[in-house]
Amino acid sequence: MAVTLSLTVNGKAVNATVDPRTLLVELLRNQLGLTGTHVGCDTGQCGACTVHVDGRAVKSCNLLAAQANGAVVVTIEGLAAADGTMHPMQAAFKECHGLQCGFCTTGMVMSAIDLVNRHPKASEATIREELEGNLCRCTGYHNIVKAVAQGAAAMAK
Amino acid sequence: MGANEQGVIGKSIRRKEDGRFLTGTGQFTDDINAANQSAGVFLRSPHAHARLRSIDASRAKAAPGVVAVFTGADLEGVNGLPCGWLITGTDGKPMNEPPHPVLAQGKVRYVGDAVALVVAESIHQAKDAAELIDVDYEVLPAVVNCVDALKPGAPQIHDQAPGNRCYTWALGDKAAVDAAFAKAAHVTKLDLVNNRLIPNAIEPRAALAKYDRAEDAYTLWVTSQNPHVERLLMTAFVLGLPEHKVRVIAPDVGGGFGSKIYLYAEETALVWASKRVNRPIKWVAERSESFLTDAHGRDHVTHAELALDKDGKFLALRVTTTANMGAYLSTFASCIPTILYATLLAGQYTTPAIHCEVTASFTNTAPVDAYRGAGRPEATYVVERIIHQAAVETGVAQDELRRRNFIRTFPYQTPVALTYDTGGYDACLDEANRMADVAGFAARKAEAAKRGKLRGIGYASYIEACGLAPSNVAGALGARAGLFEAGEVRVHPTGSVTVFTGSHSHGQGHETTFAQVVAGRLGIPVENVDVVHGDTGRIPFGMGTYGSRSLAVGGTAIVKALEKVIAKGRKIAAHLLEAAEGDIEFKDGKFTVAGTDRSKAFGEVALAAYVPHNYPLDKLEPGLNETAFYDPTNFTYPAGTHICEVEVDPDTGVVQVVQFAACDDFGNIINPMIVEGQVHGGVAQGIGQALLESCVYDAQSGQLLTGSYMDYAMPRADDLPSFKVGTKVTPCTHNPLGAKGCGEAGAIGSPAALMNAVHDALAAVGVKNLDMPASPHRVWQAIQSAKRA
Repeated sequence: MAVTLSLTVNGKAVNATVDPRTLLVELLRNQLGLTGTHVGCDTGQCGACTVHVDGRAVKSCNLLAAQANGAVVVTIEGLAAADGTMHPMQAAFKECHGLQCGFCTTGMVMSAIDLVNRHPKASEATIREELEGNLCRCTGYHNIVKAVAQGAAAMAK
Repeated sequence: MGANEQGVIGKSIRRKEDGRFLTGTGQFTDDINAANQSAGVFLRSPHAHARLRSIDASRAKAAPGVVAVFTGADLEGVNGLPCGWLITGTDGKPMNEPPHPVLAQGKVRYVGDAVALVVAESIHQAKDAAELIDVDYEVLPAVVNCVDALKPGAPQIHDQAPGNRCYTWALGDKAAVDAAFAKAAHVTKLDLVNNRLIPNAIEPRAALAKYDRAEDAYTLWVTSQNPHVERLLMTAFVLGLPEHKVRVIAPDVGGGFGSKIYLYAEETALVWASKRVNRPIKWVAERSESFLTDAHGRDHVTHAELALDKDGKFLALRVTTTANMGAYLSTFASCIPTILYATLLAGQYTTPAIHCEVTASFTNTAPVDAYRGAGRPEATYVVERIIHQAAVETGVAQDELRRRNFIRTFPYQTPVALTYDTGGYDACLDEANRMADVAGFAARKAEAAKRGKLRGIGYASYIEACGLAPSNVAGALGARAGLFEAGEVRVHPTGSVTVFTGSHSHGQGHETTFAQVVAGRLGIPVENVDVVHGDTGRIPFGMGTYGSRSLAVGGTAIVKALEKVIAKGRKIAAHLLEAAEGDIEFKDGKFTVAGTDRSKAFGEVALAAYVPHNYPLDKLEPGLNETAFYDPTNFTYPAGTHICEVEVDPDTGVVQVVQFAACDDFGNIINPMIVEGQVHGGVAQGIGQALLESCVYDAQSGQLLTGSYMDYAMPRADDLPSFKVGTKVTPCTHNPLGAKGCGEAGAIGSPAALMNAVHDALAAVGVKNLDMPASPHRVWQAIQSAKRA
């Protein structure tokens, strides 16, 4: 039994037919080819799969694709401008060396943007607390925290 | 060094690789798919130790979408997974090396041991079918603790390892140590457990194996830190395939920390099976599989004794360690608690006599192998914890006791086999003291006490042996492989350069650092240099990335290739400039006739090499493409001092790291930003070990109790402070870059620094000896026990 969905992904209308147990991350990666969203733990604890659904950061391994029917989804591939100019948060991660292996990075950036949307002037303590849902094994978070603060300042401009 | 090199080397150039990672266009193994691809799932043992009475896969084979099911019985002619390091015991015999079958044969020996491979059209069908395999297990008693495994009557895991002993091995002069203890003014004794860790790279292991019937050739995409090593072990030792028919690609890899060095069962089974089903097969570990089957780290139980004279000079160190190998020997398991551990027990100190005996045992747990630091954090933990304790007992200040014993003349031959080429330990200690504002600690402690908190400060002055390794030395110590590195510099006709390196980057930023090395030496823009790694079909035979070796060894191989490029360029330029070769100087990207303004740019020489119209073809081959293999002449010895400050809440047992300062000597630094990032990450992993992380198996059932992120406490952003990181430089004396390596230092120094701080804080309430991790539960219990005592 298949489920038919309509949603918007990175500004484009998408129609898809999926097995009911298909997760949103599986739809994105396997059917839409958006492999920038990564699966790190399958259980909603590492945050590598974070995307935006209707403007909120959501762990896409914890959501059935069917639950995103009608939703507006933005993934890491949808952040940069049409000419390739990176989103200020992406740019801040590069400038601050907020990534090493790059695997958690896409989810980290999506969470960071959501964090700043909710806390435009977040303190270091708030940034650290808000990043609880995203694991990074490479950076020790030091430069991620710096990047989020710098990205927040750039987003405010 | 020319002006251009000065402009590139030592600069925090932003990383070339970041663009793809930040826009979601990186290519990790699971992002790659092949036409007609099938999905692989491994059925794993739910028991820690059991005899396989029978396996009936008939229902699974008939399930929807199933392509094939393979068990150990099907793998005829397939050898076990090899161990790459032979340890010879104190009895003169080789270590016990029981078979490590790709799929279980006769018995399963840990929870997660692979029993069958199911190949199906989809991952869901493969998972459903795996549940239909009927395995009749005769459950046997299990043992998970490395000391318990050696006791009489412990469950016997392998017929080939009586008493579950892999080896007992020793290093050092026992008689000299005994003599020194006999005349000691003071002896400090300490029992330590180095807690078992699960690496947890955020990218789970994955593999995609593709067989090409027309060519009788295989391609394997795999999460590996060293694709050539992976291929060599798989083809030559396990599957008996010719190497030229197997291409191993390690594309973007999402963190390794050691766990992706090894040849694992999964990719080996996939490669073998891809020919049998004549289809590409992909397997991606779920996080639970990562917890169960990635090679774990640490897991030592140690008794140590330090002898001091009346002035606090160390006379001797005596160490006895039991190390857990897990159920089977992983690729480098045997050398971690021996060659990479006991040799580091001199630390930064002149201790004249050291003896270490290590017994390695098999248990019903996942194999244990190198994890960031690999033996060196364990050694540092022993040395720095016992020095802390000795300072407490003798009433000497922590930094002062260390200073009284620092090595200050180089080269220095330690009593445990290594020769340190250079170092400057006082400088790092002084700077760390300054960074940590140790002078202000007493005031901070008093202020904390007013709030009811216990403050403590802890030191760790670590050393590590990196730049693995001189092949002849490693070979004499039991290595079954060379440890050189390869680099190829391919200059294109218009003067841009592609570098092919045997090192592998999985977060370390080689694409930037190596490009800086090349751009600096050739005097060309960094943008004109690209670095290729991770593909046996493109790069020269290299040994990969581990042991903080990439810049010191892999970078040097590139420098050696560059030297050949420049030497040939000088010949070409001499011809073009009608000068003697000996008069040609190369500087700032130009070949110049010495003492004149006549010169040829590097790009002009490159073009001449590929369009050799005016070229000494009778004496010189066209082209500008050089390869070098570099085998180091010594290890490198990064060292430094880490100072950790903690605040303990005695009511809850919560330990907060309030400050962490690290001053390290990595030799010359190419990109300070990347180096600092490596230290941050290493320190976070070390703090994770000391404060949060602990792999726990149930002692009776052998079940992994910490098998998810809900049970295994990974450091999260709000567990950690921002770090203070500094460096001092004594250049390595035996490689042209003067580089020592920085990848592991953070994880090596920090656990001891943190635990020493915790002990300093808890001394006020009478806690004497606490093992890692200093979780609230354990700290609170220790405080209560001390109160009762």
